[in-house]
Amino acid sequence: MSWLTPEVVDILIAVIKALVIMLAVVIAGALLSFIERRLLGWWQDRYGPNRVGPFGMFQLAADMLKMFFKEDWTPPFADRLVFTLAPVVAMSSLLMAFAVVPITPTWGVADLNIGILFFFAMAGLTVYAVLFAGWASDNKYALLGALRASAQTVSYEVFLGLSLMGVVAQTGSFNLRDIVAYQQQHLWFILPQFLGFCTFLIAGVAVTHRHPFDQPEAEQELADGYHIEYAGMKWGMFFVGEYIGIVLISALLTTLFFGGWHGPFLDALPWLSFVWFALKTGFFIMFFVLLRASLPRPRYDQVMAFGWKFCLPLTLLNLLVTGALVLAAR
Amino acid sequence: MMSEPKQSTHPGGTLHIPPYQEDDRGIVSELHARFGADAFTEQPTLTGMPVLWVARERLIEILRFLRQLPRPYSMLYDLHGMDERLRTRRQGLPPADFSVFYQLISLERNSDLMLKVALLEGDPELPSATGVWPNANWYEREIWDMFGIRFSGHPLQTRILMPPTWEGHPLRKDYPARATEFDPYSLTAAKQDLEQEALRFRPEDWGMQRRGAHEDFMFLNLGPNHPSAHGAFRIILQLDGEEIVDCVPEIGYHHRGAEKMAERQSWHSYIPYTDRIDYLGGVMNNLPYVLAVEKLAGIRVPDRVDFIRVMLAEFFRILNHLLFLGTYIQDIGAMTPVFFTFTDRQRAYRVVEAITGFRMHPAWFRIGGVAHDLPRGWDTLVREFLAWMPRRLDEYEKAALKNSILIGRTRGVASYTTRDALDWGVTGAGLRATGCDFDLRKARPYSGYQHFEFEVPLAVNGDAYDRCLVKLGEMRESLKIIEQCLRNMPEGPHKADHPLTTPPPKERTLQHIETLITHFLQVSWGPVMPANESLQMIEATKGINSYYLTSDGSTMSYRTRIRTPSFPHLQQIPSVINGSMISDLIAYLGSIDFVMADVDR
Repeated sequence: MSWLTPEVVDILIAVIKALVIMLAVVIAGALLSFIERRLLGWWQDRYGPNRVGPFGMFQLAADMLKMFFKEDWTPPFADRLVFTLAPVVAMSSLLMAFAVVPITPTWGVADLNIGILFFFAMAGLTVYAVLFAGWASDNKYALLGALRASAQTVSYEVFLGLSLMGVVAQTGSFNLRDIVAYQQQHLWFILPQFLGFCTFLIAGVAVTHRHPFDQPEAEQELADGYHIEYAGMKWGMFFVGEYIGIVLISALLTTLFFGGWHGPFLDALPWLSFVWFALKTGFFIMFFVLLRASLPRPRYDQVMAFGWKFCLPLTLLNLLVTGALVLAAR
Repeated sequence: MMSEPKQSTHPGGTLHIPPYQEDDRGIVSELHARFGADAFTEQPTLTGMPVLWVARERLIEILRFLRQLPRPYSMLYDLHGMDERLRTRRQGLPPADFSVFYQLISLERNSDLMLKVALLEGDPELPSATGVWPNANWYEREIWDMFGIRFSGHPLQTRILMPPTWEGHPLRKDYPARATEFDPYSLTAAKQDLEQEALRFRPEDWGMQRRGAHEDFMFLNLGPNHPSAHGAFRIILQLDGEEIVDCVPEIGYHHRGAEKMAERQSWHSYIPYTDRIDYLGGVMNNLPYVLAVEKLAGIRVPDRVDFIRVMLAEFFRILNHLLFLGTYIQDIGAMTPVFFTFTDRQRAYRVVEAITGFRMHPAWFRIGGVAHDLPRGWDTLVREFLAWMPRRLDEYEKAALKNSILIGRTRGVASYTTRDALDWGVTGAGLRATGCDFDLRKARPYSGYQHFEFEVPLAVNGDAYDRCLVKLGEMRESLKIIEQCLRNMPEGPHKADHPLTTPPPKERTLQHIETLITHFLQVSWGPVMPANESLQMIEATKGINSYYLTSDGSTMSYRTRIRTPSFPHLQQIPSVINGSMISDLIAYLGSIDFVMADVDR
């Protein structure tokens, strides 16, 4: 056992932690499919899935069994390689981005000093999932969905990045742990960076293609758009990918604007840090579902106009004011 | 409150609708003065309008004249044909193997006129009226489809309801009406390929370019299976990006031959078929049919029957409009309200079920009355519904219809003027949203609507948003009417005292041999309606619906023409939507309120 040096043990522990976090995120994402349906049912005066197990809790298992045994169909006219690659990208890119999220003082996968930039890079990759799917499916509805997705991404990526620059300017770091630590000493960023919060929230919804920014799939118009040709597990990966996106954006909102794991009684009970983090993240997940339950979908040129003419100027204004204040404080 | 009628500023709003003129003699003398009395053969009917036979050569000239009169006949309301070859009671009419009729409406006169043209078997051809009214297009295609009558000068004389591979013309009398009269159906692989190939869309057939100066167009097949097509409806879009350059609506996937079936059912046993024409309208569909049959039979129904019929018809108007409202909002992307409107519909169905014993298709109206009297306790149920509904309508208005995203999606989208609406034969909320105050319940009261106080909701812009507001207002007015039915329900019998009332009262058969025999014949063969023609228009859920019945003095109808509102509404689509985006088309389709059964019959 001579190879079991302290360094190796550290590495092993880090790997195990990373695996646990990854599994937890994937399971949370999958569970969301059940939670979302129950929440929607609750708000919509109906039951939702309540048959499998107590309160329908095993619905997830039933759904997964169904999906595993469904025929993994690839249409003969599709571009096989790209068609298969698309759901992989959809699920993995945002899952990778989760690596930079500090969950508690001791838990987290990677402590990157370019944490936010890494998230931007991964968020930028997600559009390839939709583009690949839309292109490889060789279906007109899928193609239209992919075109909408690329137009929307171009519009919203711009201020997705800029909306966080205020936070970065105030903290002086891209590292998410530094940002959390900064909020502990000062205010939570939700107050000084309120405009940044609003625009990041909007851009975050757009990144996940969630309602009302679900233009690429717009069921009523494009009949599910880019994933119209997908079935079985490949479709399931898109589906879980979307929920992972929700978890990620919610976790980031918590980390960047709501003090991450911070909350009362941490000194006495350190394990509460996870509870605070989970509660805050859960709140934003609920918010995502509530958005879907309550809003109609704007037309896609209106979405573009809203991005360029309203959100972008707002972000720039926020950045200018923050920059001026940071300079003045120096 | 949005339900209050707005003061219209639109040119269409200045249209004054005078009181209804039944069997308007004025236009007959105008026509005689212009074309000479010998150009017309007048046919006495019970349709409530002058019916004039004209020669084929003068048809277009006369139609143009009527269209351009100072108080014009601005709407081509209906256009269809009849196979006259087996008709025995047609004394005094010009000799004909086929006839084609043009039913015109003048809003300025509030009266109708019907022109008929006689055609012989060897030469079934007519000049096309598409140059006079654009909506003649689909009707003429359907006449070709059903009777094999050709229209010279028609832009595209193809089948419309039957598949392009079909053989024969189904509404001809020599075409079999029952499956057992055909060879058994079989589908071979070769035949399947042929049918599928026939469905392929070729832009050239429609005069469309495959590419423009700088771009290739995408041809997108929306339907017949698409979540927002509201049934088996196909619309082929010529797209430049997401902009609709041109489009072709295609119907016929829901065609069941309801008009042909009417020729093989007794007058009584056809009632359940009418329920399924506009399948969301329930007994509302029974109403024009039984009213038209009662005209033929000469039955006047007791007041209680009128009130019961009006009450149930208004219940179904609310049921239809609730489904419309939910799906309309859903088409615009909000998923929640549809569940709430379905909860409300459930409450309305509770009343309908208690009264009729059925939910969607009660088939509950009868010739000369209704099937049963109202059950004990009906008033409590109705009162519960009246207490429940208004609050919910306010909630929908506040939560969904005042949402800025919804307004942004629908205001100014797919708008048309009163003039366009009349050109295309648009009726119902689609017409009233342009500011035209034409509601048959007010303009030509039938079934006792003159006894009720209610407003006709109007709007001014004629866009997708206004159509929804009008419908919301109509629900509130329907509640008022139901409330008045509840308060003033007259006592009395639920069936008329008339020998042709069907089924005849059973109690009397036990008294008297004559009534026993009549009862036996009417129940086994069905009642014999006197030979004549009658027509009844009603303000149905989706627009004006009418049944034009021709009796040849038999137990079955000789010809039943069902004019449904959704048919012209779909024909209008390209003229409204070209130049807009796909999302606008979806909002537009949601705002029309149509079901394909009502289009294809």
